Amino acid sequence: MEIKKTVKNLLGIALGMFAFGFVLVPIYDVFCEITGLNGKVTGPSFLSEESQAITEQRELLVQFMTHNNESMPWEFDSERSQMRVLTGNQYEAMFVFHNKTSKPMVGQVIPSVSPGRGAEYFHKTECFCFEQQLLAAGERIELPVRFIVDPALPKEIGSLSLGYTLFDITDRIEITKDLAKL
Amino acid sequence: MSTVVETHDHDGHHGPAKGLTRWLFTTNHKDIGTLYLWFSCLMLFIGGGMAMVIRAELFQPGLQIVQPEFFNQMTTNHGLIMVFGVIMPAFVGLANWMIPMQIGAPDMALPRLNNLSFWLLPMAFGILLSTLFMPEGGPNFGWTFYAPLSTTYAPSTVNFFIFSVHVMGVSSILGSINIITTIFNMRAPGMALMKMPLFVWSWLITAYLLIAVMPVLAGVVTMMLMDINFGTSFFNAAGGGDPVLFQHVFWFFGHPEVYIMILPAFGIVSHIIETFSRKPIFGYSSMVYAMASIAILSFVVWAHHMFTVGMPLAGELFFMYSTMLIAIPTGVKVFNWVATMFRGSLTFETPMLFSIGFVTLFTIGGFSGLMLAIVPADFQYHDTYFVVAHFHYVLVPGALFGIMAGVYYWLPKWTGNMYDETLGKLHFWLTFISVNVTFFPMHFVGLAGMPRRYPDYALQFADFNAMISVGAFMFGITQLLFLFIVIKTIRSGKQAKPEVWEGAGDLGLEWTLSSPPPYHSFTVQPQVK
Amino acid sequence: MKKLVTKLVLVMFSTLPFVIYSAENSDYNMPVGVTEVSQSIFGLHMLIFWVCVVIGVIVFGIMFWSMWKYRKSKGAVAADFDDNFWLEIGWTVAATAVLIWMAVPSTQVMVQAYDDAEGEINILVTGHQWKWHYEYMEDEVSFFSNLSTSQEQIDNKIPKGEFYLLEVDEPLVIPINTRVRFLITGNDVIHSWWVPDFAVKQDAVPGFINTAWTNVPETGIYRGACTELCGIKHAFMPVVVRAVEMEEYDAFIAEKMVLAEAERMLTSKEWTKEELMERGESFYMTNCVACHQANGKGIPPVFPALEGSEVVLSDSAKQIEILMDGIQGSAMQAFGDSYSEVDIAAVITYTRQAWSNGKNGDGAIVTPKDIVDYKNKIDL
Repeated sequence: MEIKKTVKNLLGIALGMFAFGFVLVPIYDVFCEITGLNGKVTGPSFLSEESQAITEQRELLVQFMTHNNESMPWEFDSERSQMRVLTGNQYEAMFVFHNKTSKPMVGQVIPSVSPGRGAEYFHKTECFCFEQQLLAAGERIELPVRFIVDPALPKEIGSLSLGYTLFDITDRIEITKDLAKL
Repeated sequence: MSTVVETHDHDGHHGPAKGLTRWLFTTNHKDIGTLYLWFSCLMLFIGGGMAMVIRAELFQPGLQIVQPEFFNQMTTNHGLIMVFGVIMPAFVGLANWMIPMQIGAPDMALPRLNNLSFWLLPMAFGILLSTLFMPEGGPNFGWTFYAPLSTTYAPSTVNFFIFSVHVMGVSSILGSINIITTIFNMRAPGMALMKMPLFVWSWLITAYLLIAVMPVLAGVVTMMLMDINFGTSFFNAAGGGDPVLFQHVFWFFGHPEVYIMILPAFGIVSHIIETFSRKPIFGYSSMVYAMASIAILSFVVWAHHMFTVGMPLAGELFFMYSTMLIAIPTGVKVFNWVATMFRGSLTFETPMLFSIGFVTLFTIGGFSGLMLAIVPADFQYHDTYFVVAHFHYVLVPGALFGIMAGVYYWLPKWTGNMYDETLGKLHFWLTFISVNVTFFPMHFVGLAGMPRRYPDYALQFADFNAMISVGAFMFGITQLLFLFIVIKTIRSGKQAKPEVWEGAGDLGLEWTLSSPPPYHSFTVQPQVK
Repeated sequence: MKKLVTKLVLVMFSTLPFVIYSAENSDYNMPVGVTEVSQSIFGLHMLIFWVCVVIGVIVFGIMFWSMWKYRKSKGAVAADFDDNFWLEIGWTVAATAVLIWMAVPSTQVMVQAYDDAEGEINILVTGHQWKWHYEYMEDEVSFFSNLSTSQEQIDNKIPKGEFYLLEVDEPLVIPINTRVRFLITGNDVIHSWWVPDFAVKQDAVPGFINTAWTNVPETGIYRGACTELCGIKHAFMPVVVRAVEMEEYDAFIAEKMVLAEAERMLTSKEWTKEELMERGESFYMTNCVACHQANGKGIPPVFPALEGSEVVLSDSAKQIEILMDGIQGSAMQAFGDSYSEVDIAAVITYTRQAWSNGKNGDGAIVTPKDIVDYKNKIDL
């Protein structure tokens, strides 16, 4: 019957759109990566061959901002808040993590590069933000970020700001463990 | 309980059951339409009452009547109720009443589903409103419920809110499926798609929009639910999620939703203007194409709600241009209405007055919309009262005027009685004046720098806020007159002819039926030339 | 009669330029602002406004004239036409042309506002529930900026001051004629930092850094607001920026550095109960009162009462821990990193003495040294 067919098709569209809502999540991530939206950087990246071929270097300012999300009692600081760098060279910046509480905790640092379109030119070869940090009570560690600013960085970008926000994910880890047990 | 007495008349019709069961179990499109309309009316007064609380608090600077926490619950629920509980159900109610009558069908295609999709609504809003009486209070994060204010930082009643949105979504989707199925399968012979009345067209497009975006809304609240209760992190930066993603997904639903709330009004107003201009609508096919292009464009403009969130230049420009494009089909519609009036023979009954009010004030809302589309200027307008003024201009004198015009236009058809024209005109003028007193000064306080969702404000905004509140109270009280007129018309009034309006007999199939129409609209399919 | 009407119309039109001028520059239009960007935006705003007015006058003019001319009561008979191909094409093309014409200056201003050049001064702006935090990246000076309007003014107990809800205890200070770059982020929920006179409005999203910039040519005090709903005190976290000469700015930074040093000294000082109470009360009224209320009764169940609370009455160690580290999953944030030991000690002492707590509880006095000890103890 005609009516049944129409209803079936429409229900199909509705279900499809519900799924599409969830598909938007990975689409958005890809979109962010391409456009540099939000300055998201998820893993290590290296200079491309074309960039390596650029010999011209220029100086620019790189700034580090560390920030504790609400109710995160760790001490989290960069050794210096800004440094002048040359494009194409590798640099290292050190960061201090200190779990000041009396219990072990897990922290996760979320990086953000600003301006967003600069994100793809900021290559981190090593970063503590690629993994979770488990610190015992009172433990204090220093971790580096090693980076190269791509020589292909557009001229208009005069400085790059690296934001690192430290989140307490101890509870989330526990929730995940609880869920895994189920 | 009364027993159901089925009286069969000689045409083989049966009338409505008696008492409460008639409304609980009804599968009749007119009964369900009536239910939707009364539900929407009830919600209008509840949501309106909340607006009155908001305006009373904002009458003067300082906190007088309510505390910020309750104020936030009022703004949130006012928005949710007006969008999901008033405008949308009212349009669905009108669709239920009019679509079968306009396409020459006896009833909707799926009558039992129709009953279900209505009765889900009182349930959804019952849940939503009940949160206001819980110790932690109802949703307080704005009707746009941006994460993480609505997830990590929300009161625990947010779970009820999410469930309620799910139920509303199911109701809308079922309703839309029913409408599309009816339009595709039950048109009278000879009624080609491009011969359908514009109200039917507007609803066909709206129903597709609903099916496309309500599931996305359901998806986004499901993600919230999982973030809150199951430790996922769609919108939580700590787990690799992104609060800005919430806004993208929400507005992917939200912008088409805005057109869902205006397209049916376009249809209604088109009918009314042609009726009272005594001249066929100008540019029928361009009207259809304009609605379709507005609907399609609505999927690629969503980020214009979030120009200050920090998007790359190219993104900002893309969404600015696509938003400006929408002005073209919208402009075409306004030009068409004006051209319909040009060289007509005009009379100004209440539905026509509301339609003319619609065209003028909606266009003003369109202008401020165009201003908001310009990204650099939007940096100054964003999240101020200028935005509040803009969307109230398109939703109150836009959508709500469209609904009221439709009710006055078809009420004599539904009840068989003419409404009181003097009272109707009084209602229009009081409404028209108070709407402008309320919403026009909002442009000024917004430009002067008053952000929205503020329970208290700096002294330089005081004069206009007092004026806005007075206008709002006047607008609120005036709507009691509307309720009175409708009840009065249902109970008595001059007998209405089948065509009701002079010359309307040629304008649509609904005017060939008696007033009030038979319980089942067309038992014999009419032939459309 | 006709003459009178003509005169009236003439008078109206001759005053029109004046009316427009005063309306354009009134308090109820968008502020022109002081920066180049804000002035370009204002120009753009007025341009679009006038385009809308002209279109409105034409469309509504034709509509109202038709309503008047073709009213049935005057015997108008309806014509019978329902389309006109060239007319429809014509107005579609015209509308498109106007839009393209408007898009050009809009794009230019947009590019002007988006400028990623290096800032001479970089300031990290962080939105907190419900205050702003400013950090000068070059000098490592930082402070919170709280609403300074008193609760009594908000509750209408005393008359409201001139800058009601637009005043803060510590405004952001920036030098004039200097390119200042703002790095904007959020601590908890999304806020939005807005200064109308600079035409800077950027969302402060937790976990992400947004940038904005300005270059202010005139000294003055510029007032703005938070424009993204961020909870109950959304309306009570204004932005105030003081633009000063470079010399004054340098002096401000130097003074801030001295003050920070003095604050560290205060910690080692011996404190009396009265001194702590006084300091604690002012801290409480600025930072705690929003949730726990001036009477200490809170707004249960979301914001618990402090009056009569077991912890506040008899468990000072627990209270120190809560103040320092916050409570996970609640609105109670960790104050330990953001405020001095003196402030934390003072406010704890205050809450243990205030209301009925002093007489019902142990009334313990917590000193800055206790807080330092707490920090050291877990430093191991």
